[in-house]
Formats: sequence, C-alpha cells, structure tokens
Amino acid sequence: MPIEDENGKNGNQTGLMEKVKSGIQEDLQSLKTDIPAKAKEQIEGLKDPTKTQVFTSIFRHKHDDTPRNRALGVLSNVFLHLHPAKINRDAVRYSYTWGMGGITFYLFIVLTFTGVLLMFYYHPSKVQAFRDVLYLEHDVPFGRILRNMHRWAAHLMVIAVWLHMFRVFLTGSYKKPREFNWNVGVILLVLTLLLSFTGYLLPDDQLGFWAVTVGTNMARATPGLGHEGPFGHQLGMTPYNDVRFGLLGGSIVDANALLRSYIWHCIGIPIVASIFMIVHFWRVRKDGGISGPAPVMLTAEADKARR
Amino acid sequence: MDWRQLWDIVSTPDNVPIVALIPLLIFYCYLAWKQAKANDELVSELEADPVLAKTHHRKTWPFRPGWQKEVHVWPFLLRVEFLAAIIVTIILMVWSLTLNAPMEEPANPNLTMNPAKAPWYFLGLQEMLVYFDPWIAGVVMPTLIIIGLMVIPYIDTNPMGSGYYTWKQRKFAIGTFLFGFIVLWVSMIIIGTFIRGPGWQWFWPGQTWDHNRLIYEVNRDLPDLFGITSNWAKGIFGAVVVGGYFAVGGFLLHALFRRFNPKDYRRMSLLQYSVMQVFMLTMIGLPIKMLLRLALNIKYVWITPWFNV
Repeated sequence: MPIEDENGKNGNQTGLMEKVKSGIQEDLQSLKTDIPAKAKEQIEGLKDPTKTQVFTSIFRHKHDDTPRNRALGVLSNVFLHLHPAKINRDAVRYSYTWGMGGITFYLFIVLTFTGVLLMFYYHPSKVQAFRDVLYLEHDVPFGRILRNMHRWAAHLMVIAVWLHMFRVFLTGSYKKPREFNWNVGVILLVLTLLLSFTGYLLPDDQLGFWAVTVGTNMARATPGLGHEGPFGHQLGMTPYNDVRFGLLGGSIVDANALLRSYIWHCIGIPIVASIFMIVHFWRVRKDGGISGPAPVMLTAEADKARR
Repeated sequence: MDWRQLWDIVSTPDNVPIVALIPLLIFYCYLAWKQAKANDELVSELEADPVLAKTHHRKTWPFRPGWQKEVHVWPFLLRVEFLAAIIVTIILMVWSLTLNAPMEEPANPNLTMNPAKAPWYFLGLQEMLVYFDPWIAGVVMPTLIIIGLMVIPYIDTNPMGSGYYTWKQRKFAIGTFLFGFIVLWVSMIIIGTFIRGPGWQWFWPGQTWDHNRLIYEVNRDLPDLFGITSNWAKGIFGAVVVGGYFAVGGFLLHALFRRFNPKDYRRMSLLQYSVMQVFMLTMIGLPIKMLLRLALNIKYVWITPWFNV
C-alpha cells in the first residue's frame, strides 16, 4: 500500500520512490532476520543427518538401534540381502565354516577389480603383450603390485575353493536338500581353475607359453576329438580340425591362442562364473541357509525322515 | 644335500601357493578332526543316555535355555565377514609387496623349458602322464573327477552327519574323500612340484637337478611278461586283465562294503551301488597302476591298435 503524505492528493506519484525504498528496506530486514534463522535451522538439521531428505532417499529405513532396523539394514540393502536377517547363533563361528566360501567370493571381487585395471594397460597381441607386462612392471605407477595382487589372489582363490569344497564335504553339507548346489559348486570349481589357466598365457612369457602348450597338448589326445586320441584318426581328426585347434585357434600356441585366452579370461568365463555364482548363492538361501552347525543325529534316528 | 636346489624349488614364486597349501591343509584337517572328535563323543554319550538325548540341544557348543537361538546378521555375521575381507586384503598386500609374480623370457617355441610344468594345480594330472597315456591322464581323468564329484550327493545315502563334523558316522565317505583329495590329488601335486625335475625325472628333495642325467629304464608291457606277441592276443589279454581287475576288485569291494558298511549297502539302489563301485575301483586303480610302473617298470597293461591302457 502507498504511504499517504500530508498533501494526500498526489500520493500516487510521489509514492514510487517511497515504495522502492520501503521494499528494499523490507528485503534488507529479511536478510538480517530470516537468513540467520534459516542458517540456524540448517545447522540444527545437519546435526542429525539421518533426517535429511538426501539421507532418507538413500536409506529406506531409520537408523535407530532397534531389532527391526537391524533386520531392515540387511534386508533393504541390495548387496546385503543375500543374507537372511537372522541366523543360527552358532553359524557365525569361524571354526564351522572356515569362511572359505565368502573369501573365495571376496577374492573374485579383488580379481575383477585388479583385472579391469590391468586391462587398461594390456593388448592381447603377440607384438605387445609381453612389452605391456614389462611396462606394467617397470613404468606404470603401482603396476607391479597390481599384477602381483592379481596373480596371488588367483592362486589364493584356487586354494580357497578347494578348502571350501573340503569343508562342505566334511560337514556333509551336500546332503539333502543341497545336492544341486554341490553340483553348481563343482562347476564353479572347474571355472575357477579355467580362469586361472587362461590367465597363465597372457604375459606371453616362457612360463605361460609352455604351461599352456603342455595343457593343450592333452586336448590332442581327446578320444574321438583329438588327432592323437583313440579313434581320432579314424574319425578324420587332423592337427587342423581337432578340438585343440578349436581351443587355440590354430595348430600352435600363437597370436590366436593369445586372443582366445584373453577373451575367455576377461569376458567369457567371468560371465559364466557370475551366473553360476548367482545361482549358487541363491540356492544357499533357498536350501535353508548354511547347513549348520546342526544338532547331531543319533543312529536310531537315521532311518526316520528328518523333516 | 643340495640346499640351494631345495630353496630354488620352494621359493619359486609359483610354487609358493602349494607351499602355503600344505600347512593350511594340516591346520584345517586338525580343526575338522577336533570338532569331529567332540561331536562323536557327544553322540556316544547321548546314545548311552536316551533320556538326556531327548532334552539335550545336541551341540558341543554351550547353550542355555534363556539364550536366543538366532542372532542378527548385522552386526554378528557382517563383522566377521568384514574382518575376513580385511585380513585377506592385508595378506594379499604383504604377499604382493614381498614377492613378485613370475615373469620369464618372451615366449619362444624354439626353446623348450625343461621341466615344462603346468600351473601347480594341474600338476597332479601332469604327474599322471607318467603312468597313463595323455587321453586318460589329460581328458578321461579330469572328466571322471568332475563327474565323480558331482555324483557324490546322489550316491551317498547316509543321512547322518549333515551339518556337523563327524568321523564315526561317515567313515566310508570321509575316508574315500580324504583318499581322493589328500592322497591322490594333493600328494600328486606335491610330487609334481617338488620331486619332478628336468625330463620329468624323479629327484628327491635336496638332490641336484641334473639336466644331463640319463636313466636306463626298460619299460615293459604286461603282455610281454607272459610272452604274448601277437596283437590280437595282446588286445584280448589286456581286456581280460582290466576286466578281471574290475570283476575281482568289484567282488572284493562288495564283500568288504556289505560287511563293514551294511546300512549304506541296504539303503543304496542298484544304480547308486554300481556307480559307487565304478568310481571306487577307478580311484584304487590309480595307485595300482603307479605301483606297477614304479616298482615293476610295467608301462601298459592293455595294448590295442587304437589305445593303450
């Protein structure tokens, strides 16, 4: 509203400056009062970040220490929901599971991470492969520890897989209803060995070359499918059309073998293994979680149905 | 005693995993044995006391009536997993900082490595090449190992010992697995890693690898010992011997199995029983063939124009 002066009549004309002035005064006043108030409110709000909109949009439940929230913390998290909310109190004991399945999976993640980084520096070609590894060893920052970690994690993964299988066998965890998951595990064991084996050739050095030569020479002797195997000759197998040729992309370990090995190692087998891993973890849950430690069974109860 | 040679073998970077595997296996065998012993003692205690068996919680770990049977995954399991991840990371870091991954000269098809060894986890199969032709050692055996592992849950009819360590309730299954895993698989790898030198010859630990060593072994075939010369007769003779091994061995196994494992014998179907027999006899066949080769220098048992066993 225009402020009327003593003359009153021409208030509309003289009031413009007044209006602007008072408006600016109001704005200044609001800066003085509202902003500090808002800042105070903001700071108060930051004292409890779990109430902010950003936080509640990320985490779908409150963070108070209640049993419900502990359960939700696991269930509403895409990475943790592989786990149940609660487990048998004895099942967390290391002495039962040895933690080898989880360690295997963790090593797979480590290998994926270091492997992707190594791929940035590596060309799967006869000309460059060996030099790339030398480059990694001597020039790339942290290249040597990257390669070392990839190598040793791979070996450790083989050991962890074996120990996992050993534990699962010793605790009879392949028994009903987990027969199928044991089979998925056997396939994962084979895939782990193949992953390690296909990686062996990639530095293109003498060690990898001869290990793969020895390894694939066995394929020559595949019954019916290798040119040196039983009945291979009779079925028309030669060094240029048998199963070894298919594995190596040639009759000797050369450029094609390097490329095939690289693709199997970096793309083919990891994808297949990931699919089997998904099934493996899913079945662990669906088959009733980890198998034990279960109450011992007495001989008298053995012939009765358990459930 | 050539300590230098021994150290060279043990400290070869790619042999370190197998050096690490041995103490790990011993530790975990001990851990499993300790728990199996405790569980077996609990079982015999409860079997002697049926009243107690009705109320007992059936575990060797303590449990009191007021305690909850289940705990939250967060934090009780996740902290263990997190700790395991950290420890593994530290081990890997230290290992990677102290030991470099092997890197040899560029691949050279004209310069054969001697000995040319497969990665350590396949050395068991490579060792088998001494005793069997490549089609058996390199193709048939891995296939049989995979299939053999896969059929385990379907031929083990024993319902006991599911979810806890035990020895007394599963003697046959555990004994067989230990034989296959430790005696055949791991010890073959150890032989392939530590014993086999240039030319894949046998060098005892501490013996110097002599690249010029020659061994004059006259390997014979079993038919030769019996003076059989014609190809037809050799084929038939070998088939009879191998078939005889499976027939006689199968009968012996049958006699032992039904005596010492009568419950499993009663539970198993014909298919389960025969699959078990085939895998058991094949497994036992390996050390027999090794013994024939190492002690008697016998190379082949069965000779045909297409394949030799």
